[in-house]
Amino acid sequence: MSRSTTDSNFDVASLVEDINLRRVGQYTLVVIFLGFFLVPLETGIMTALKTNEAVARSLPFAPPIGDGFTLENLQYAFSQLSRSFVNSLLMAIPATILNVLLASMAAYGLTMVNWRGQLAVLSLFLVGVFVPYQAVLVPLARFWNNLFPLARMLEPLFAAAPLFQSHHSELVPLIITHVAYGIPICTILFRSYYKSLPNSLVEAAKIDGASITKIYRRIVLPISKPMFAVVFIYQFTQIYNEFLFSFTLITGANHPAAPVTLILPAIGASTSGVDFGIRMSAAFLAALPTIILYVAFAEQFAEGLRTESG
Amino acid sequence: MATGDTTESTSVPTEEVVGWETKLRYFLNSDFVRSSPYWGIPFVLMGIAVYGGIGYNVVISLTDYAGLGRPSFSNLDLEMYTTALSNDAFREAAINNLVLLVAFTTISLALGLFLAILLDHGIRYKDKIQTIYLLPMALSFVVTAQLWLWMYNQESGVLTVIMETFGFEPINWLGNPEIALASVIFALVWQFSGYAMVVYLAGLQSIPTDQFEAAKVDGASTIRTYLRIIIPQLKESSVSAAVVLMVFALKAFTFLYALVGQYRPPNGTDILATLMVRQAFKFGKWAYAASIATMLLLLALGVIAPYLAYQHRQGSL
Repeated sequence: MSRSTTDSNFDVASLVEDINLRRVGQYTLVVIFLGFFLVPLETGIMTALKTNEAVARSLPFAPPIGDGFTLENLQYAFSQLSRSFVNSLLMAIPATILNVLLASMAAYGLTMVNWRGQLAVLSLFLVGVFVPYQAVLVPLARFWNNLFPLARMLEPLFAAAPLFQSHHSELVPLIITHVAYGIPICTILFRSYYKSLPNSLVEAAKIDGASITKIYRRIVLPISKPMFAVVFIYQFTQIYNEFLFSFTLITGANHPAAPVTLILPAIGASTSGVDFGIRMSAAFLAALPTIILYVAFAEQFAEGLRTESG
Repeated sequence: MATGDTTESTSVPTEEVVGWETKLRYFLNSDFVRSSPYWGIPFVLMGIAVYGGIGYNVVISLTDYAGLGRPSFSNLDLEMYTTALSNDAFREAAINNLVLLVAFTTISLALGLFLAILLDHGIRYKDKIQTIYLLPMALSFVVTAQLWLWMYNQESGVLTVIMETFGFEPINWLGNPEIALASVIFALVWQFSGYAMVVYLAGLQSIPTDQFEAAKVDGASTIRTYLRIIIPQLKESSVSAAVVLMVFALKAFTFLYALVGQYRPPNGTDILATLMVRQAFKFGKWAYAASIATMLLLLALGVIAPYLAYQHRQGSL
């Protein structure tokens, strides 16, 4: 059991040794499920690389061998998506950074300092994790469009600023929205980490007379670096993948400030239903940032999910 | 100084009448006030967004607001709710929503548990395989919808080719209202069962191995050991994974929207969320949409409230 968890101990002899029917069955199932989870992705990538004729005549999961291979679909999809990539990153990166910082502070104030009524405040955060966004869409649209048109107010500022375009002002309300609704889950993630830290760490500093701020800066921030990574990966993926808020606040896929998720279904709809080469290319490109992040930080990603549930 | 947000500090002599200045000083020095710069800002931001948003949504749902101008708050009534409840489209969406919620959660939990047990049993490269099983979780609903549109494509999609290879007629997975909801659920299970697996794997690893050994000595079969000893101990994992999965299910709007484009989910797959967005953004019936959203929220609270109460009883809040 134990040696199987490390790859370095792999050798053929030990594999042969414990071959029996049960293990063969077990590995067969493992491979079948590998197929189950990978086939939609694999067929998507293969289709993205094929010409339209090759898509029609070859098997959907077969690689584009010979004259069926083309990069044209990917190039076309990229030309359609490139501006929205910039929008998505301009939205997701600042929103995630703000989210992580605010959530770390909130979790610190709610976990490591003790005061009465903490549980009540915390419960309000917890409910916020689970609220379906549909329940706030109508107020959200009204707030940013009618009551407080921040995007319109900021537009001249963005038009004048170097590197930005005037339509980027539309992303500011979106960022604030993402931060506000991301605070509950990120706070809960940080809180479960802070709760697992030994009490003695902070108690000792308190006895030495360190202030709340000092404890946070000198002790809590340095030791929570791994959790910052986990929450950042988790929340960046969430915000980059989010659709509903962009859909509500940015009107239509043709809007110059539209993020990737808003453009992607439209690329499928604007071309004829048969053109899966372009659709799959666009889907693959749209997913690429999160896939790269996921492959590079799989452990942090899984850690975020585990914490979310516990 | 950990006496909390009131002035009842033990260091204050009880015989004396404490002046308000002293009370104020104690209050300002309490940990409640001193830690508030940390949790205060996030709390206010979140509070306005979540609770302000919900409150405003409920108010709008009581008006007959239809888009332009400002809602009239002069005569509030439940008209939108009665309209919704007596509407066939609403009832169909509500039923679909419940079917989706129950079927998706049950299947994802079962598959997740199965995968967790499979991998927990001395599989080589376990971590790498787990990463691959979890990969769909990293994708956006919008992306998975595109992938499954191709998987389900009736002309040359993967499932069609497989069906034809085995000599079956290709099935119109998304076009047939009888099975469209099942097709949607299947794709969602593909995306989220890895989540249940990760939660169960964490749960399995917290069970001491000597329970296996003891069962083995008693001569219990592996299946019996799992059914009788291991799975009952995974109750907490099941509850928390189920709640999160149900919340995913309530969010399935994006998946349906992306599957066939603007405002028209495949026949037979309308859920409360798609109905709500269509009423709001297509027909401009904001008040009606708000009332549907409120009922969706009540559905979600029906899931969350018992969960939070359970967590509270367990002392794990």
